Amino acid sequence: MSDQFLDGDLRSSGAEADAKRTVQPAGPGEGPSPDALLDKPTSIWRLGMRRFFRRKLGVLGLAIVTLLTLVALFAPVLAPYDPIQQLDRVEEVQRRDPPSSEHLLGLDSNARDQLSRIIWGARISLPLGVSIVMVAIMIGAAIGAIAGYFGGAVDSVLMRIMDVILGFPALLLAVAIAYVLGPQIRNVLIAVAVVTLPQYARVMRSSVLSIKEIDYVAASQALGASSWRMLRTRILPNSLTPLIVLGTLGIAGAILEAAALSFLGLGAQPPQPEWGAMLAQEYTLIQTYPHLVIYPGLAIMITVLGFNLLGDGLRDAFDPSLNE
Amino acid sequence: MIAYAVKRILTAIPVLFGVVVVVFLLPRVVLGDPCRAVLGPRATEASCEQFAAANGLDDPIWEQFTRFVGDVLTFDLGESIKFSRPVTEVLLDRLPLTIELALSALLLAIVVGVPLGIAAARWHNSPVDIGTMAFANVGVSMPIFWLGLMLSYLFAVVLGDTFLALPPTGRFSPGLTPEPFYEVWGWTVSDSGFWSGLLEFLSKFAVFNAVISAQWAGAWDAIRHLILPTIALATIPMAIIARMTRSSLLDVLGRDYVRTAAAKGARDARVVRRHALRNALLPVVTIIGLQLGLLLGGAVLTETVFVLPGIGTALFDAITTRDYPIVQGFTLVIASTYVVVNLVVDLSYGYLDPRVRLQ
Repeated sequence: MSDQFLDGDLRSSGAEADAKRTVQPAGPGEGPSPDALLDKPTSIWRLGMRRFFRRKLGVLGLAIVTLLTLVALFAPVLAPYDPIQQLDRVEEVQRRDPPSSEHLLGLDSNARDQLSRIIWGARISLPLGVSIVMVAIMIGAAIGAIAGYFGGAVDSVLMRIMDVILGFPALLLAVAIAYVLGPQIRNVLIAVAVVTLPQYARVMRSSVLSIKEIDYVAASQALGASSWRMLRTRILPNSLTPLIVLGTLGIAGAILEAAALSFLGLGAQPPQPEWGAMLAQEYTLIQTYPHLVIYPGLAIMITVLGFNLLGDGLRDAFDPSLNE
Repeated sequence: MIAYAVKRILTAIPVLFGVVVVVFLLPRVVLGDPCRAVLGPRATEASCEQFAAANGLDDPIWEQFTRFVGDVLTFDLGESIKFSRPVTEVLLDRLPLTIELALSALLLAIVVGVPLGIAAARWHNSPVDIGTMAFANVGVSMPIFWLGLMLSYLFAVVLGDTFLALPPTGRFSPGLTPEPFYEVWGWTVSDSGFWSGLLEFLSKFAVFNAVISAQWAGAWDAIRHLILPTIALATIPMAIIARMTRSSLLDVLGRDYVRTAAAKGARDARVVRRHALRNALLPVVTIIGLQLGLLLGGAVLTETVFVLPGIGTALFDAITTRDYPIVQGFTLVIASTYVVVNLVVDLSYGYLDPRVRLQ
């Protein structure tokens, strides 16, 4: 939502402004001419993409996320050293050496190259954040769809359960779940997915409720389409946009919460190069060896910022109704 | 209003009950083995059997649950393994600091966040606006524990020799721990009982205690120790509140009635203050209520980083030492507080905005 208002006039003269935009070529040589528009209907996705790429911040977010994905994919090639090996046994180095030209981000308390660890850390945090959200969306959306579609007692029971999860401060419930499950990355996934799934359930439920009333959906129900078919062909495709937008923002939150759990000792365990766990191991040395604390945190922040900007951009472009 | 209040309170009851059920079931169902949660993963069979018998874990689950609910209703949350004291006592010991921290952070977040949001909306697209949004985007993206560490590095090391220096950790400087106010006042207090307990509890609000008993050096010291944790904890809510205020005010400023006011010749400042702000701030109230969950969760991280003896550090210690009753009891108390605060926020929102009651 950050810059939805940058086009201040869009709000007041909404429809006309938007219509005007669609017929204006986005740049020299690209974008359809008014005639072409008449011939071929522009899809909502295409319009959304065009709106997305007009906003600088969203594009910046996309760039950050793409870059980090590449870093994660090519970590073995990019990382100058092994993330686990202790270098003081093979090289003339001291543990906790500050950044130098050999080791751009210095060495940690076990004489491991910090840059390499941070690069490998992207291989943990990114997939973890994405899988947390995917699990949460799959379960949450299923719950929301069932609640919204069947209504009645099913709806009440499911949504009351969601209310109970929302009744806890999110981080606290995640801590409690990760605590009873034991300190492991897999359990961080479960814990954070559980505490975040109600938001997807709620979105899915409300979009099912609104779609159910639309005539063509009611019509296909009257024609005898099965519940499963209704969900699959009518309701799911129409609910995808809000889920994708929320999910992108959700990845940012999930990475933060997962890092917090690791920082509390409930997630990744040494010697795994997870950013939160790296901070947990070194944070007491902040006064004397600040480089051990500054960079892992910076990595978390940039990653989270990237997903936040991307999510905001997608929201502005595809789903104005989601604006707060 | 009364009908709305009753309805809203009735929806809070099943949630509270659900919270109790979750806290009860988590170790029993998810783990399947509360013994090893308490005694550690390497506990022997024999010690586990003993543990199960001592805690009634062999009884039917319904019996265990009714006993648990009974205990909760009488504020009996079991005994901490590490401290060998009732969990409630540890909680009362630690609570004042966390309340001080959370309230000062909430206050700071509102006092800075709301005006920032208003300024950003009024001077839309100006440097103020862009700066606010940049702060908001970065603010919500920072791990709170890392921000705390960076602040303590900045103010204790980088600025350590300037007048801006602030203590990086702890609640008091050595030798500056204030006396409890009732001792300063020369009250004789018995060792036990409700009233002495209450006095002791109140005296743990360090700033309050030092101020009312005129221990100015101690008060200033306590405040200085609270500044960095407060900033760290306040940043995320501040960013969210600023964003919300901005978008809500921009929305209202685009409405017809605001344009009418402007068309009638009211000056900008007056339009914002008299016509737009009241309506714009209503959603902000809800958002502020929701921040409490963030603050309670964030307090765990902030207190850990700043080595403050609040419920957050107690919980953190309990996690590392596997002090199960503390984890369970604190989770229950914090979650119930959260539910009740959200209830109060909703009720006040319904009071402020009659439209809410009709939904």
